[in-house]
Amino acid sequence: MKYALLIYAAEKDWADKSPEDQKRIYDEYWAYTVELKKSGKMLSCEPLDPTPTATTIRVRNGKTIPSDGPFADTKEQLGGIYVVDVKDLNEAIAWASKIPDARTGSIEIRPLMNVPEM
Amino acid sequence: MSQSARTLDRIFRAESGSVLATLIRLLGDFQLAEDALQDAFTAAVETWSTDGLPASPGAWLATTARRKALDRLRHLRIVEAKASELALLIRLEREAYGPRDDVDVSPVPDDQLCLIFTCCHPALSQEAQVALTLRTLGGLSLAEIAHAFLVNEATIAQRVTRAKQKIARARIPFEIPDRESLASRLDAVLRVLYFVFNEGYLATSRGPLVRVDLVDDALRLARGLCELLPHEPEALGLLALMLLHDSRREARTGDTGELVLLENQDRSRWKRSHIEEGLRLVEEALRMGRPGPYQIQGAIAAVHAEASKATQTDWRQIAVLYEQLLRYQRTPIIELNRAVAVSFAMTPAEGLELLAQTGATGSLERYAPFHLARADMLRRLGRGDEAKECYRRALPFTQNEQVRRFIAQRLNEEAR
Repeated sequence: MKYALLIYAAEKDWADKSPEDQKRIYDEYWAYTVELKKSGKMLSCEPLDPTPTATTIRVRNGKTIPSDGPFADTKEQLGGIYVVDVKDLNEAIAWASKIPDARTGSIEIRPLMNVPEM
Repeated sequence: MSQSARTLDRIFRAESGSVLATLIRLLGDFQLAEDALQDAFTAAVETWSTDGLPASPGAWLATTARRKALDRLRHLRIVEAKASELALLIRLEREAYGPRDDVDVSPVPDDQLCLIFTCCHPALSQEAQVALTLRTLGGLSLAEIAHAFLVNEATIAQRVTRAKQKIARARIPFEIPDRESLASRLDAVLRVLYFVFNEGYLATSRGPLVRVDLVDDALRLARGLCELLPHEPEALGLLALMLLHDSRREARTGDTGELVLLENQDRSRWKRSHIEEGLRLVEEALRMGRPGPYQIQGAIAAVHAEASKATQTDWRQIAVLYEQLLRYQRTPIIELNRAVAVSFAMTPAEGLELLAQTGATGSLERYAPFHLARADMLRRLGRGDEAKECYRRALPFTQNEQVRRFIAQRLNEEAR
């Protein structure tokens, strides 16, 4: 069963951290990702650039309308995604709870939709 | 309802949880399991009315439901069956008919535990956990659940359907949690059962003071849980707590249905069998040496139950127990209860001091029992004017007629 683990954290908090603290968290992410990869359950790992680099587009009446920034202004922003292939929701919860940002931000777990022949 | 219909109803309700649990494990599909069980109930109504009750109705229902599931699978899927479903069919076929066709298949207790933990999985909302537990384990109809919680049936139906969909699509496993997470997962189960009990016992919403059905359902489910997990002291503690509170059911309401406070209850009307069972369970649980909040609350209820008159209550013991409870749940309401116990065990002045600390946060300012407790302690200290002020402060925060009448009475006394 495949799940996306969506990492939501406040970008502002990250920016306010000292370089030492940032390095410590990087190291934690590195260790976590290595562990996940070694378990053979990781399908992909996609950290995202912060939302100031985001562009949102909408197509209305056939016209593409790009705009600056993320699609919604929220306190916590989507910061990255892991896709895992595990037994069930309990195992997904176990992996998600080890993500460093779970302690300060939130991890949303979403099953991947099973679309045949895609 | 006729006598025989009532008997059938009682059997169905008692058996549905265990039968359903085994069906869900075998079929891996909540909906199919429920449909098959419904088929089996229908068959039972027909067969039992002519042949009489089988020796073991539960096993009869389990066996029949499997066959019904098989029929449904054949009808539904025979054309487009995938390999996995064919394998399931073959396995079911063997389990339902098998080499020992005449032997009834009994429900497996572990399956019920799996079902409890699935229904009370923290990934479901508490509302969904409650509805699903009552539906699948309690055997209540959607209409009954809706009636119990005073919401309309469509809302409950949607809640249950969504929960079942989430279980299937997010793949919430049908399993007993491992040792490591058992305690925290069990906590969610106990919370659901306690919620059902309180909804019945406190009946905070409109209607009668006690909704007997929900209380009985909660007791039945808690009893079942204790049978499945006899070595989990918190489960025993919860059952004890429920029994000891429910022992006061008859004494808790007066002639006109009004609430009678613990200290004014006619204790000869307390249900002895409940009390004895509750006391035994508290003791058994505490002897396991793993205390927890339900056991402590059970112990507090036990101390009250052991006093044949309100004035004989061992308040010192109760004060100590509340202090222990605060280690698990530090809430202002438990602090308030401890202060009241201390005011009786020690002196009203010491109770007042504790209340002042709790009151300093302001979180109980809109909670009538807080003002009433202060008022009572001040009154006992002979500080009439201050007491009167506190009684008045409680008034805006209680809608209960009994309590308002009580306050008016006290204000009159103090005025004299």
